[in-house]
Amino acid sequence: MRQHDRWLGAAMFVPALLYIAGLVGVPLILAFLYSVGDVTVGSVGYHFVGLANFRSVLESAAFRGALVHSFIFTIGAQLIVIVGANILALALRHPFRGRGLVRLLMLLPWVAPISLGAIGWKWMLDSIYSVVNWALVRLHLVKPFDAPMWLGEPKLAMLSVILVHAWRMLPFSTVILLAGLTAIPRDIPEAAAVDGAGFWRTHFEITLPMMKPIIAVALLFGIVFTFTDMTVVYILTRGGPYDSTHVLPSYAFFAGILGGSLAEGAAVSVFLVPILVLVAWAMLRVAHRTEVV
Amino acid sequence: MAIVETRDLTKVFKQGQLGAVNDVNLATREGEFMVFLGPSGSGKTTLLRMIAGLEEPTRGDVLIGGRVVTRLPPRERRIAMVFQSYALYPHLSVYKNIVFPLRAQRVPKELRRPKVEWAAALLGIGELLERKPRELSGGERQRVALARAIVREPSVFLLDEPLSNLDAKLRASAREELTQFHKRIGTTTIYVTHDQVEAMAMGDRIVVLDKGIVRQVGSPREVYDDPADTFVATFLGSPPMNLVDHGDVLVGFRPEHLLPAALVDGPAVALTARVTGVEYLGNERVLYARIQDGRFGEQRLIARLPSIYQVEVDEGEVVPLAIPERNLRYFAKNGGRRAEPRQLAWA
Repeated sequence: MRQHDRWLGAAMFVPALLYIAGLVGVPLILAFLYSVGDVTVGSVGYHFVGLANFRSVLESAAFRGALVHSFIFTIGAQLIVIVGANILALALRHPFRGRGLVRLLMLLPWVAPISLGAIGWKWMLDSIYSVVNWALVRLHLVKPFDAPMWLGEPKLAMLSVILVHAWRMLPFSTVILLAGLTAIPRDIPEAAAVDGAGFWRTHFEITLPMMKPIIAVALLFGIVFTFTDMTVVYILTRGGPYDSTHVLPSYAFFAGILGGSLAEGAAVSVFLVPILVLVAWAMLRVAHRTEVV
Repeated sequence: MAIVETRDLTKVFKQGQLGAVNDVNLATREGEFMVFLGPSGSGKTTLLRMIAGLEEPTRGDVLIGGRVVTRLPPRERRIAMVFQSYALYPHLSVYKNIVFPLRAQRVPKELRRPKVEWAAALLGIGELLERKPRELSGGERQRVALARAIVREPSVFLLDEPLSNLDAKLRASAREELTQFHKRIGTTTIYVTHDQVEAMAMGDRIVVLDKGIVRQVGSPREVYDDPADTFVATFLGSPPMNLVDHGDVLVGFRPEHLLPAALVDGPAVALTARVTGVEYLGNERVLYARIQDGRFGEQRLIARLPSIYQVEVDEGEVVPLAIPERNLRYFAKNGGRRAEPRQLAWA
């Protein structure tokens, strides 16, 4: 009987293991192999070249730019998301007429395919047809023929990419933070109110510290999703203008797939690994800590 | 120190439904320990929360120290509250929990530590200041909650079932401690409980609530000995007051006043009853019986017989019982309010 159970258990695990090995394990190993080889899209052989790819990648200004942009992109987007999600979660905590509808609308950017959303934004930020600029002109905030080129100027392009990605990630963090907020017993903010604390003191000294573990979870997931994502960059700017918005994943894709140099692309993407390992370690620590408490 | 007063205070949660609290008019006395007593759903906690400012009244006013505070947020009411769950801030040490109200009210820094130490010493938790709430026992948490409440010397104390999370043994000693504590600080206190023993033991006066309506306000002696209606009569006392049907009135008497006829001196009302059950509780016996007089049928009675009376009583036996006349209370059958005494005809 016990023997039978063990076989059954193993048999039921196999599909999941195969799935993970096939879709995550194999590409990961391939990436490591390619990064120390000389493969290109058309090549058939494989020669070990040591760290040559890494050396050439590190020498490229475009790569160094992408590395810096990745951090700006991730930190910028996550800052906006965490602050915004906090505000939204507070606004949605107490019931009001139409809260269900607001919650649904708020979730849409997350539910809709990101490529569609990004294409929408591409039009909204277009240099000629931008509704954003149209609105700014009508509000007399900018002059009609001097409207900002959202995707055409390096700094504005970076800002646009960050804002669109933050728009997309906001619902996800809001839902997590809302769960954390509702998990705080009602007594505790009430006790703070009786103790004489106003909104700000209650929020920063009681609510936020109590939500720390859940905010950490939202943040870590957000970092993973942002650091490894290239959809928004790919659709809005293709890394431009002048590589000013390339992030590591998009640069790896352009170099490895579109540029045909698989080895170089693999070397670029391997740079993601240490950072992701660090984030994963932090996630596990947070998860463990919350279990203990 | 202050007097708390409510005027026509009403809370209706859902329009068209019965209110949780209905037209409550109360006033504490200076430094009084007032207890709100009632079963669950009687509105006692809602009433307390309206006084604290955590619940907005549908109608009526709350006055603290003669000032209308109905529209003021909790922090402007100079109150302190101890919650049923204690509501300690879990991420802060005991010291930081207790100092929180002082910081929130911008007490100068140099005064904070002495005040916290004074409060902690008063409650005997001076050793625990560096601990986190989760490292404390139930009794210790309760003391921390009390310390946090007194540290800013509020004019009114509100306590919402603060003993209900303690085990029975601890509860008895905590009760006594709370009473002593109130005597020492002398702050007007409102205490919510569903436990009649707590109410009787601690209250200067008890407010008995049912379905959001005040049934009676009085000293423990008054509400026990002279209940205003049948609800108060049966809610207080365990086992509850016997209520015997007698024409247009209900006759009430406490189980401890119903004794074997031979033990009763002076003017008394006699009746005979068949004993249907005897519970031996050590300090007393509880007798369950049914009246044997034809006119009023086989109505149930409960009697408590202190163990100093050695009378032999067995199940199935028909025994003569009696109630001293001064212990009889009369209630209108209609509505249950107190009624005029009258001549009884049972025997």
